[in-house]
Amino acid sequence: MKSMLTAFVAIAVIGVGAHFALQEVGFSAQEVFSGPSVRLD
Amino acid sequence: MLRHLMTVLMLVFLTLPAAVRSQEAEAPPIDRSATGGAQTLEDILRRQNGEPVDDMFRREAIGGDAVTAPGLGPLGGASDPELWRALRYNEADVTTSTRGDLGKVLVQDGGMRWYEVRRGPLVTYGGWLLLGTIAVLAVFFLLRGRVRIEGEQTGRTVTRFQAFERFSHWLVAGSFVLLGVTGLVTLMGRMFIAPYLGLEANATLLTISKLIHNNVAWAFMLGLILVFVLWVWHNIPNRLDLVWISQAGGIIGNKHPPAKKFNAGQKLVFWSVIILGASLSVSGLSLLFPFEMPLFAKTFGILNDMGAPGWFGMAPLPASLAPQEEMQLAQLWHAIVAFVMMAIILGHIYIGTLGMEGAFDAMGSGEVDEAWAHQHHSIWLKEVKAEEKSPASDATPAE
Repeated sequence: MKSMLTAFVAIAVIGVGAHFALQEVGFSAQEVFSGPSVRLD
Repeated sequence: MLRHLMTVLMLVFLTLPAAVRSQEAEAPPIDRSATGGAQTLEDILRRQNGEPVDDMFRREAIGGDAVTAPGLGPLGGASDPELWRALRYNEADVTTSTRGDLGKVLVQDGGMRWYEVRRGPLVTYGGWLLLGTIAVLAVFFLLRGRVRIEGEQTGRTVTRFQAFERFSHWLVAGSFVLLGVTGLVTLMGRMFIAPYLGLEANATLLTISKLIHNNVAWAFMLGLILVFVLWVWHNIPNRLDLVWISQAGGIIGNKHPPAKKFNAGQKLVFWSVIILGASLSVSGLSLLFPFEMPLFAKTFGILNDMGAPGWFGMAPLPASLAPQEEMQLAQLWHAIVAFVMMAIILGHIYIGTLGMEGAFDAMGSGEVDEAWAHQHHSIWLKEVKAEEKSPASDATPAE
């Protein structure tokens, strides 16, 4: 069962990593689809 | 390669409604002389009945130019309705400050079709597919019961899957369950959760679901690549699969057809997961990076070039789509493929847990009893035993 638990931990790590990595490289939805002319920001 | 796979899958799904439609008698053309070529009551009634309406009389009525229609107002040759029609059908010469194709689409009536398909047939058929699969499995369990290990267990175990194989399997499995649940919440939350928990709670749930869905997707894609690389060689179809299928894998009846590492049923699951999973990944990436990876116009173009729609009596598919339509189709495709894959995986989960004694151990601890291995994967067991006995396995590698 160790492999299963390790995989579940890996899913969490990859998920959190992807979230911050995409934010870091400017791929958050807000950054991609927003600009100076968007008044809701 | 993936695009070709997408093409084949898409063709299968697209042909089903088309085949039905082609059998319907074509409606007679509408006489619009009484309205001077404009919309008639018959047009409205046909549209309300969901019948196909040739809208070329509106699509092309977008005004002329000032030369052929002199003396008109400041809009030149186009009246207000004509201008709106031109906007609606993307025929107007639009200039926007965003300077992109996306911003130039001011009216996109495909959104309504997408919305209605999404909340109608997609939720209805998708939901019933999952509930139906669960019901069929429940009935099958009641009728067949658990596939037991025949005779006594030997007490000797053999390693069915190595730790990394099990890790890769659970990486795909765990992420798929999370993606499935969060995907269903995203699709159905407004209809089935909001009425009970309220819109606020549903909105919070959707935000969390989106966060999980978008980010766990990467683990799924990684896992998919790993299981493909690890197991593709063992999943090449061979003649033994026919024997396995002819005996229904021993699941129906009491026979134990011979099998190598994977039997025909497992191969079916493997290739379903790989093909559907790849299609889900591609459409998912298209949704993760909106408008960056349009898939459908080009795929439709390829299908048209092959003449594929004509095989089923269909008109050519639209090879020019607005960016928003690309996203709408990607979402629908993503959900349809996901429903099919979820139904298959429900069957896989059943047979791997409740349906067969000893099956879970293969992916749990990785060790299975030799009696189980002999009954379900007899050739594989012989190969493993022969490998254990061969002198090469006793050799100590030089370090």
